[in-house]
Amino acid sequence: MSVIAVERIKLFSTRSPWWCMIVAAVLTVGFAALTTGFLKGAEEQQATIFITQPGAQLSQMVMMVMAALAVTTEYRFGTIRTSFQAVPQRAALLLGKTAVVAFLAGVIGLIASFGAWGIGSLFASNADLAINTGAEWRLLAGQGLIFSISAVFAVAVGILIRQSAGAIAILILWPLLVENLVNLIPKVGDDLARWAPFANGSSFLNQGQDFGLAGQGAGGSDFALSPWWALLYFAGWAAALMTIALVSASKRDA
Amino acid sequence: MIEAKGLTKRYGATVAVDNLSFEVKPGRVTGFLGPNGAGKSTTMRMILGLDTPTSGEVTIDGQRYRDLHRPLTKVGALLDAKWVHPNRSARAHLLWMAASNKLPKSSVDKALDMVGLTSVASKRAGAFSLGMSQRLGIAGALLGDPEVLLFDEPVNGLDPEGIVWIRTFMHRLADEGRTVLVSSHLLSEMALTAEDLVVIGRGKLIAQSTTQEFVDRASGTTVKVRTPQLDQFAGVLNEQHLATRIEDVEDQGKVLFVEGDLTTDQIGEAAAAHGIVLHELTLQRGSLEQAFMQMTGDSVEYHAHEEIAAVTSLDAPDAAEVAAGPKEDN
Repeated sequence: MSVIAVERIKLFSTRSPWWCMIVAAVLTVGFAALTTGFLKGAEEQQATIFITQPGAQLSQMVMMVMAALAVTTEYRFGTIRTSFQAVPQRAALLLGKTAVVAFLAGVIGLIASFGAWGIGSLFASNADLAINTGAEWRLLAGQGLIFSISAVFAVAVGILIRQSAGAIAILILWPLLVENLVNLIPKVGDDLARWAPFANGSSFLNQGQDFGLAGQGAGGSDFALSPWWALLYFAGWAAALMTIALVSASKRDA
Repeated sequence: MIEAKGLTKRYGATVAVDNLSFEVKPGRVTGFLGPNGAGKSTTMRMILGLDTPTSGEVTIDGQRYRDLHRPLTKVGALLDAKWVHPNRSARAHLLWMAASNKLPKSSVDKALDMVGLTSVASKRAGAFSLGMSQRLGIAGALLGDPEVLLFDEPVNGLDPEGIVWIRTFMHRLADEGRTVLVSSHLLSEMALTAEDLVVIGRGKLIAQSTTQEFVDRASGTTVKVRTPQLDQFAGVLNEQHLATRIEDVEDQGKVLFVEGDLTTDQIGEAAAAHGIVLHELTLQRGSLEQAFMQMTGDSVEYHAHEEIAAVTSLDAPDAAEVAAGPKEDN
């Protein structure tokens, strides 16, 4: 698996991925400290695991930025040509990159979610934050899967757009704005929103959670699919986008 | 051996490379020559499988680049010295390249040593001067100890020391029996570096021959005549079916040039027979640049509006021309 080694060396020999990973981990954990650190009395007792995870989406964005940059900087500095020259099987090379980036994103996702849960347990020690139910395990451990899949998404967009600013804009606007705005379209809006990829990613995490202090409906309530089907649906989008990206990269002039 | 057959690359309506066929033989340095925008870089990218030809194909020892197994062990290339991540160290840059073709780490140290970058190997490549970047690019090309080497404009922007270094280096590589293809738009540089030439203009093959043949064939002799009876003498010569042209030469006014392999004796006799006063009668052998311009003249993509600009720049004894040898015979 020389392509894995190649992409590992590339990623770890520049500084920005390190920063992205540190920032991503710190953001979720830090937010958990903010949301649980000032709770007292009855409020503290109402805290649930869900309340320790609000920073996760932000961290997920940071990892998507890292994933996209892993590709777009190669186009910017021309190293993609050196890469294709060294490994003419472009799809294999780009899949190697995807694997490395997705794996790291997954690890950071787990560090972020369990780190945030740990900090929350420490600060809101009077609340019941024990991981008891399958849904709670899904919320924490599932974050790793969501981070990985969204990283695949980001790499695919990076390959297609080939340019940092454009790729990052799409990756931030899509989950944060586009998926929320489609709601406003009459008649079809609700369906479009329910079937949007990132909405299904959140649906996988949020279904069946005790939102507690955050209030009912904090994690959405209109789910199109059951949790694991929602995850599969989200992964399907990433896989489809990646397939288009690989075909396009293999055909286009580098 | 590199072999191109009917290689064509179109970008929309623009034809960058037009039905190009040529061969690059092993054990020699072959110069790939053409004016800027002639399609040299596009051709090199097609050789390396980076760009897909619209039609035709190019093979390396009979195989397309994309079908090569561990390609860096077969073909090394430096297309652009700036194709490195500025924040990655020189060593790390070579390390990932080595890993991609399952080359041992020792090959990285060897390549760094060969180009003399060992002491700065851990510095970030973005801080390198152009000369150092060029050396790093060459180290990358040599990493897999390949038989075939491609260099795109390797001396561009280098100082004289760097130019001499690259020139000697290429000869060493060819002497080791490797196939070396070097592109350049400077014929004088190629005359010193290359034994064979592939000359292209506007994507079309203009000539493929040894460098010596190319220069001999292209640079016919011209006789320069200065006379106060310019038009009268031009008329006389035209009657004898000789091609003449009149040009403004700086500090000398209008000067008559007579084309073709004529000796100064014949022209002098013709002048005497018609009672023409001569101020100067000189045999001129075309310089390499003139030969090149003559061959590629119609195929320069962007012509300067004033032809005179090109003529005067040829008369200026710039470093490249001096290096290419004296251009006048007497």
